[in-house]
Amino acid sequence: MTHGFAGDLQAVGAAKYRPRPAWKRLWPIYPILAFLLALFVYPVVQLLSLSVFTPNGGLTADHYERLFASPVYLQVLRNTLEIAGWTTLLCIVGGYPIAYLLATTERGTRNRLILWVLLPFWTSFLVRTFAWIVLLGRRGAINGALQALGITDQPIALLYNMTGVMVGMVHAMMPLAVLTMLSVMENIDRNLMPAASTLGARGGQAFWRIYFPLSLPGVAAAGLLVFITSLGFFITPALLGSPRETMITQVIIQQVEEMLNYPFAGAIAMLLLATALVVFYLYDRALGMSTLAGSATTGQRGADERGRLGAGFAWIGTIMVAVFGKLSDGIAILWEKAMGSRADRPPRASGRVALRMAVLLLLIFLAGPSFFIIPVSFTTEGFIEWPPQLFSLKWYGAILDHPQWIPAITRSLVVGFLTACLAMAIGAPAAFFLARQRFFAKTAALAFILSPLILPRIVIAVALFYLYARVGLIGTELGLIFGHTVLALPYVVITIMAVLKNYDQRLDHAAASLGASPPRVLWYITIPLIRSGLIAAFLFAFVTSFDELTIALFVSSGLATTLPKQMWDDAILKVSPTLAAVSTLLLVFVTVVILAAEYMQRRAAARS
Amino acid sequence: MITPKLKIRELRKTYGPVVALAGANLEMPEGEFLTLLGPSGSGKTTLLMMIAGLVQPDSGEVWIDGKLATYAPPHKRDIGVVFQNYALFPHLTVFENIAFPLRMRGMRASEIRREVGRVLELVQLAEVGERLPRALSGGQQQRIALARCIVYRPSIVLMDEPLGALDKKLRDQMKLEIKRLHDELGITVLYVTHDQEEAMVMSDRICLMNQARIEQIGTPAELYFRPQTIFAADFLGESNLFDAVVEREEGAEVELSSAAGGTIRLARDPHRSFSRGEAVKVMVRPETVSVLDNGKTADNIVEGRVTDAILVGGVTKYYARLADGTQISATDLTRGPLAPIVRGSEIRFGWPKGGGVILPVREQGL
Repeated sequence: MTHGFAGDLQAVGAAKYRPRPAWKRLWPIYPILAFLLALFVYPVVQLLSLSVFTPNGGLTADHYERLFASPVYLQVLRNTLEIAGWTTLLCIVGGYPIAYLLATTERGTRNRLILWVLLPFWTSFLVRTFAWIVLLGRRGAINGALQALGITDQPIALLYNMTGVMVGMVHAMMPLAVLTMLSVMENIDRNLMPAASTLGARGGQAFWRIYFPLSLPGVAAAGLLVFITSLGFFITPALLGSPRETMITQVIIQQVEEMLNYPFAGAIAMLLLATALVVFYLYDRALGMSTLAGSATTGQRGADERGRLGAGFAWIGTIMVAVFGKLSDGIAILWEKAMGSRADRPPRASGRVALRMAVLLLLIFLAGPSFFIIPVSFTTEGFIEWPPQLFSLKWYGAILDHPQWIPAITRSLVVGFLTACLAMAIGAPAAFFLARQRFFAKTAALAFILSPLILPRIVIAVALFYLYARVGLIGTELGLIFGHTVLALPYVVITIMAVLKNYDQRLDHAAASLGASPPRVLWYITIPLIRSGLIAAFLFAFVTSFDELTIALFVSSGLATTLPKQMWDDAILKVSPTLAAVSTLLLVFVTVVILAAEYMQRRAAARS
Repeated sequence: MITPKLKIRELRKTYGPVVALAGANLEMPEGEFLTLLGPSGSGKTTLLMMIAGLVQPDSGEVWIDGKLATYAPPHKRDIGVVFQNYALFPHLTVFENIAFPLRMRGMRASEIRREVGRVLELVQLAEVGERLPRALSGGQQQRIALARCIVYRPSIVLMDEPLGALDKKLRDQMKLEIKRLHDELGITVLYVTHDQEEAMVMSDRICLMNQARIEQIGTPAELYFRPQTIFAADFLGESNLFDAVVEREEGAEVELSSAAGGTIRLARDPHRSFSRGEAVKVMVRPETVSVLDNGKTADNIVEGRVTDAILVGGVTKYYARLADGTQISATDLTRGPLAPIVRGSEIRFGWPKGGGVILPVREQGL
């Protein structure tokens, strides 16, 4: 009986229901892989090879000899490492309390507070940098306040030096640090700290011995991301620093724009890339790349899996953690003695209050500065000063009168929209595939798709410039869209994968068992349920393009100027109130888009 | 007089308009195993968390081992908590997890090694010390959580649904394991569960909770046979509940009238009195109701038509409908195949005077 039945089934279904071969099953990730190979891997490899080959095809080390012969470039590299290092340290130290509070507070509070991290995260770097010019300038808000209070009678130099660069960089990078650490901290079991306290640990011991070690993967990942991203910065040092704070990316721009020396630019790009890779390598040796994914939060590898280096770190770590625990508890005991703690009345939550105060100040530092742009845009004067002489709309009028602004805004909107469409078309299938299917090279594929996030943008930008110059895409919208899509794809894939992670796939199975074909399941069940998440991904892609400067700087070539490019050109000449007016418009626009995306994502989370 | 290990006085907690616990009173002598039993949202976990110091009460007092501890921080309370998901520290080995409370108490390294070894023996997991918690099975993690909790000999061990995450077989095994540890070590245990079987098997006394208040405290037998409220009668085991009106109390007997079974005569509970004409419920456990053969009699007799007879091995469960529509269930020994009682049979059920409990109908509390 059984045999006969199975035999029949086989006879009927043999042709139709054969498992599909793996290469056919993988179709959803082919477009994204092809796209990235053509517009990311190929141009970058070519740029880098330019630095080691002569035009005739022979090998040459000339460019590298020149690079290392001149003390200028090594000094720039040292500057870059120093600035990136300090930025990383300050971002971690400042970001940790924010992430900790967000991870340990109630959900409602967390959702309200996290907006104040997300807003600066998505606000244009340019806008935020201008805001610091308003705040830190000789006639800026801070110097104004200091002088009005009689603390100084001369303005202090806060701008066009290391201070300005550090403030700008830390401000730019801290949201990334907070969000990265938060993703790890949110996975730490909330019962562990109460458990430690019932076992006899004071707050300090519980935090340093239990919570802190568990949050370390997040700290390390945040440190890595901030450091790597900082290496490629140029807006902040160019606008807030002096030539003494020149960073490596600025030198690459200079070589391409002023010298048209691609091979040498390639050599410097290689130096930047090599630096990044060395950092990655060290990170992997010390902590393991898997910690980057944030999933490995339930602890470091077992003692036996750790290398000798790791074991040494662990030993030092244990001692450090115990000492920190003792120290903080010592302070807590002194504080309790001073305040008087008794078993018959509720204690004051002094530690928590102090944490809240610190986080409040940090959030003001993060979200506050941008708003100083707004009043300045209504000034009657022709320069930026604080407080501005109000009230005039002439700078908004100047935007309309100027021949460049309106076309630039239009182009940015169009390019942003089309970039988002393209990124969704290529990224969404890949995200579905990666979130749901198992296949051997899943981690590698994901790492590859996310790599444009990690590689310094300037390298991609110069590489694309070199490629486009030969295929005639310079100064075209299409060139911009392609370039921006490379950068937007990681965001699209991450966002959609995150939404799918929370999606109950049994709903799809149920629909299929009720007779729906895969396309119908997708159309009637999956997409309606994750619609908000898809919209959020679209908006993130849009904002990525809309705010993008590095690629636009090269690819638009003055012909097809985007809004950030126009702002940059203007800022290089003179920081005028027109910029404040444009920034205000941009700030309002991005805020609306982000709030919409955030709202959509939350609705998606609530529905699935 | 011996100081109770735990004393709770008028402990109260509200979350905005929601009352999580309305004025609880409780005392536990040393060595007792007391279970907080109740449906979810009955306030049992809130009470436990306040005893642990992880939730601050609005008012009332908590005394642990004769010391006032209402607002003392958890680390100064001398309590141990076994959490529902165990809360083992994932980055520390089993040994370090168990050593943690000893380190917090500044114990010497040699003593720590000895004590950790001792409790690992006790939970029969001496060989897993160097593993990380996630390398252990659920049942092993559970034992380690227990070991970590008893290693420093706290005054009270609090357990918050510790078996919730285990499958049935393992749960039964761990129930006995916990009971064994309790007996061997003489520890005082406050246990939270919503599983009545767990509560019955393990507890010296059960504290039944419902709607943010303590419904009844007593031994499992007291709760089962002498419930004081309809909720208590209904929550533990199966029960028959009849509407009735008190007719008279005479000597050791109460006489009631009911639509379901005419006159009901029950033994009088010396601690309770009812006024004539008061509407009450009469609770009778199915196993005290027996099927009456012809000629047999009982203190109380009702007649009904069998709607279902389910053979459960040695006993058979009978479900029947009385003349007025009231449902009754009886659990009686299974009869031989020669005289089966089948669906539709008209039979008489009876129970003795001592087999029923009178319960007040009026709303509890406010």
